Amino acid sequence: MTANFLAKAPTGISGLDEMTMGGLPKGRPTLLCGGPGSGKTLLSMSFIVNGALRYGEPGVFMSFEERPEDLRANFTSLGFDVDDLTKRELLVVDHVRLERSEIEESGEYDLEGIFVRLGYAVDTIGAKRVAIDTIEALFAGLSNEAALRSELRRLFGWLKERGLTAIITGERGASHLTRYGLEEYVSDCVIVLDNRIVDQLSTRRLRILKYRGSAHGADEYPFLIDERGASVLPISSAGLDHSACPERMSTGVASLDSMLGGEGYFVGSSILVSGAAGTGKSSLAAHFAEAGCGRGEKVVYVALEESAPQIIRNMASIGVDLGRWATSGLLRFNAARPSYYGLETHLAKILREVQCFQPKLAVIDPISSFLSIGSGREVHAMLLRLADILKAHNVTTVFTELVATNLRRDEAEASVSSLMDTWISLRRLEIAGDARRALCIVKSRGMAHSRRVREFVLEDAGFTVVDEPLDPSITTLRQEPGA
Amino acid sequence: MTDTAPTPSTRYVLCLFVTGASPRSVRAIRAVRDICDERLAGRYDLEVVDIYRHPQRAREDQVVGAPTLVKSLPLPVRRIIGDMSNGSRLASGLGLIAR
Repeated sequence: MTANFLAKAPTGISGLDEMTMGGLPKGRPTLLCGGPGSGKTLLSMSFIVNGALRYGEPGVFMSFEERPEDLRANFTSLGFDVDDLTKRELLVVDHVRLERSEIEESGEYDLEGIFVRLGYAVDTIGAKRVAIDTIEALFAGLSNEAALRSELRRLFGWLKERGLTAIITGERGASHLTRYGLEEYVSDCVIVLDNRIVDQLSTRRLRILKYRGSAHGADEYPFLIDERGASVLPISSAGLDHSACPERMSTGVASLDSMLGGEGYFVGSSILVSGAAGTGKSSLAAHFAEAGCGRGEKVVYVALEESAPQIIRNMASIGVDLGRWATSGLLRFNAARPSYYGLETHLAKILREVQCFQPKLAVIDPISSFLSIGSGREVHAMLLRLADILKAHNVTTVFTELVATNLRRDEAEASVSSLMDTWISLRRLEIAGDARRALCIVKSRGMAHSRRVREFVLEDAGFTVVDEPLDPSITTLRQEPGA
Repeated sequence: MTDTAPTPSTRYVLCLFVTGASPRSVRAIRAVRDICDERLAGRYDLEVVDIYRHPQRAREDQVVGAPTLVKSLPLPVRRIIGDMSNGSRLASGLGLIAR
């Protein structure tokens, strides 16, 4: 760190400001490079509009690529109204059109047209921020590369001289960072975006390649763009420094609470509920969610295999009325098939929901379905981060996991349990010709808990652990093979 | 080029965007006036705009390089960028057969 205080301009993009410890270098240009579809345009737009709306810094968006109607649609997709912002003198959008077929070059020239346009836009609204997307289009429109290069150098100098915080975007090149080597002109901050497609699932990632004079995270971070704008998921913000909360929270099943020292789960802890198909995992999770709502606490239910109406209907059959809480807004369903996105995007979406909705409780049902889109090792790494993030936000979370009891537990399954504070295993039993159910608290860190295998019933009135111990004469609890 | 060759009576509408009195601007103004007087006498309108004094025109008329000569008529529209020191490029941009 230098002795000089390095001023920063917040981007307002959740995660990115944490990674950069405050934002982009204030009054200096930042190079943002990435391939097509990596999110350069939307990220730059977010930077400009957030500056205008949240930090009192009007901005100029100069586009070389998108047509004005596409630009407008892009702003709208982020929830921004270009006309309104323009009218309020918070934003100037200037679309630079360069049609090669219209152009003839005769003798020497410079790019004063661009400088005049930028200067005029900046002066009109007192802009503090500028985004230029993607200036390399000049190379496609004009042929005097030497002139363009010297003008680009002058442009970066001009931006600095005027104290503008700027994002310049560039196309990713094969041998260089950008196709035309823009990195040569920007020395302060370079951010790389990447849109990788693995198994037909795309995941955007962001990496800070360089940030002069400032500490920054060096890893790649998942990067998400949706109707709520752009956000980056900084993994480093999750860690092991969560405070261990001594408070407790009901499981939603009184008889299960009593097995857990009479008080239920620890607030902010991670709970794994595993079992074969039809053992009652979702039912137990639903009780937990309903109890939370009953206390007036917000709950997010991430449904990976069933739709919200399906879950509501199924739970109503055991007397758990989730529909009422969904209507009241205390319970929010996030239903998405695992195959909709890559693991990173799922993670980023859940984080976004946690940040926006601020739930006290969460249900992830079931985590085993992530194995359809990633290897055991990748899923484990993702769940580790997910559990850390939820903990860091003090969200008490029930993760359900489908296990096939007739198979050896595979590595991913076994390793997930080590991330959990409490592990409840549900089983089906066959006792004297009756199909019955039993549960066992395999572990529950930091509390005294029952270690017995207990029978439970799932009826109209819901999930209840049976008082009487299982007949001790039944020495072999035959587990049914999985479905 | 697919445009029909302009007949001797075709009217030209031209606008030359310059940056103050820079040497390139001065050269461009002279070259454009010369070719107009020589080849388009009596049938051209030439407007000279200093984008330093009228910056909004730079945006409205999509000026990127300076100087830029925009030929709006006859169609097709052409933008000739530079100090116009290459006479044959200038003539070809204007749709006049280069000498």
